[in-house]
Amino acid sequence: MNTEPPLNDLAIKTEALTRIYKIRGAKKGDLRERVALEEINLSVPRGELFGLLGPNGAGKTTLIKILTTLLAPTRGRAWVAGYDVVREADKVRPRINMVSGGETSGYGLLTVRENLWMFAQFYGIPSRLAHQRIQMLLEMIGLADRANTKSSDLSTGLRQKMNIVRGFMTDPEVLFLDEPTLGLDVQAAREVRAFIRRWMDENPQRTILLTTHYMQEAEELCDRVAIIHNGRILACDTPEHLKQQVQHEAIFQLVVEPEQPLNIQTLETLPGVLRLHQQWHNGGLQIEISLAEESVLPQVIGELERQQAHLRSLQKRQPSLEDVFVQLVGLRMEEVERERGNGYHADPQE
Amino acid sequence: MSAATATTPIPKNSGWRLFLQTVIGRAYPRVIGQQREKSWLIFEVLLPLINVAAYVYVYRAIGAPEDYVGFVVIGGAMIAFWMNVLWSMSSQLYWEKEQGNLALYIIAPTSLMAILLGMAIGGMIATLLRAGAIIALGTLLFNVHYVVINPWQLLAVFALTMVALYGLGMMTASVFLLFSREAWHYVNLAMEPVYLLSGFYFPLKNLGFWVALGASIIPLSLGLDAMRQLAFRSGPSLGFLSVPLEIAMLSVLSVVFLIAARWLLATLERLAREEARLTENRR
Repeated sequence: MNTEPPLNDLAIKTEALTRIYKIRGAKKGDLRERVALEEINLSVPRGELFGLLGPNGAGKTTLIKILTTLLAPTRGRAWVAGYDVVREADKVRPRINMVSGGETSGYGLLTVRENLWMFAQFYGIPSRLAHQRIQMLLEMIGLADRANTKSSDLSTGLRQKMNIVRGFMTDPEVLFLDEPTLGLDVQAAREVRAFIRRWMDENPQRTILLTTHYMQEAEELCDRVAIIHNGRILACDTPEHLKQQVQHEAIFQLVVEPEQPLNIQTLETLPGVLRLHQQWHNGGLQIEISLAEESVLPQVIGELERQQAHLRSLQKRQPSLEDVFVQLVGLRMEEVERERGNGYHADPQE
Repeated sequence: MSAATATTPIPKNSGWRLFLQTVIGRAYPRVIGQQREKSWLIFEVLLPLINVAAYVYVYRAIGAPEDYVGFVVIGGAMIAFWMNVLWSMSSQLYWEKEQGNLALYIIAPTSLMAILLGMAIGGMIATLLRAGAIIALGTLLFNVHYVVINPWQLLAVFALTMVALYGLGMMTASVFLLFSREAWHYVNLAMEPVYLLSGFYFPLKNLGFWVALGASIIPLSLGLDAMRQLAFRSGPSLGFLSVPLEIAMLSVLSVVFLIAARWLLATLERLAREEARLTENRR
């Protein structure tokens, strides 16, 4: 039995949505194809803060571009606020807005207030009301004291706060946030996240689609999360349910000081060892190991001792979305990005 | 934010009110930018005046009629509009794309034509000040004498020239939606030939009938020629076509360019959406 709510109750719906980019090669006539999105089926009910979690290049931004009417899909269909994004783009646009991380929109010569006023005009918000809303939102996000500063004089964090106000100012039914805390420091990211949560809590009809490659951000903010990799949705559920997929595993974090280079392969091939990740951290080798069951741990410690690696600390860890990602993809997100040469930055906000 | 504010929908205008708001909103940065960036006084008034001075001294050295000095001053002022159309209209959508503004314009419920019109009107107002400064300084420095019999007709020709010129700018801006970095080269390519073909520094008639007729596709050529005829004693004798004919041709150009701009904008926006050219390529 089909239990999906009717289209009008959904903020976002996609059916077999596919986008293929044609990429020109160096030689004339050399045309390659890259599948950015493949057969994406998504349903996001109104009122949900939905997260798309995946590494750079996974297809998150492409999906947002299609849903915000900026890009045509190669195949499949998509609806936002009940309207087809291709055939009824003019009905979709009054109902949406978008904020991207690292955005440099607006004009540097204008002040924060002027930039925001200008964008409010493009949405038909009467000038007086626009000024009231701008002031209120600037105060909420802690930018009111910089309202008359030229936007070219703002730091990255303050500029992103201005962008956030721009997106929220029009009170969209569906808001698209593409890596909204990208490049922000801990404090600014925390404030932006608090602002997003508060905005959602104030009206149950509001919907946000948020893309991120920060696991913690997805866990903290999102009602549901879809994990996307290579243009395909690998899993979609609440963070709790997703983590339950790896709940049966015992995940330990060990810090060791080896006297000689460690033979990791021997550890990996021990019966009951599912996955292992190592990195140097503060002079010690940090090993994160997923075991089929806790009883495998003594064998792991025994092997480490045999290899003359002294155990400095041992901690059992609760599964995270990172573990879910590793289980689904076989690699950690940073490893995927390193393979792609994207220059992955581990979450600076954690 | 109070609960009431949070749940009450914001009243938003649509239709012609939204169009008008957009035009004003987009014109604002251009007009205000002029006041905040004073360097334009040097780059866009004094530097063109140096060019004007060079031609003035050449004409005086060869004993050309004194009205030629006035022709050059008017031409030098009108160059400001051409530069504005080239750099701040035609290639503007490309820069807006790189800056991330174009995507926000597209997803907004407003019309892209209103954005372009706002750019045009804002640019026109800002440039008017520069052109006015060039004319005022040129007139004072080189002692230019104007003989204006019908100032209203002169004003009407100027206004029509602006409509046609910025209509051309809006049309080419749409074409630039499809361009990438090569936009810069195309703008450079269009600069110098137009200086020649528009007769900025000499009467258009001197190009010969057929070349001048071909050059008339650039609204500045006809506009400048008509304005010279209406502002100087020897203007009519040095004019290319009669003023009424030039007005008629400018009117046709205005309509054609504005309709073409609207059609091209819709068509090329669709094409750019299919080919993923509406957003910058950094992310």
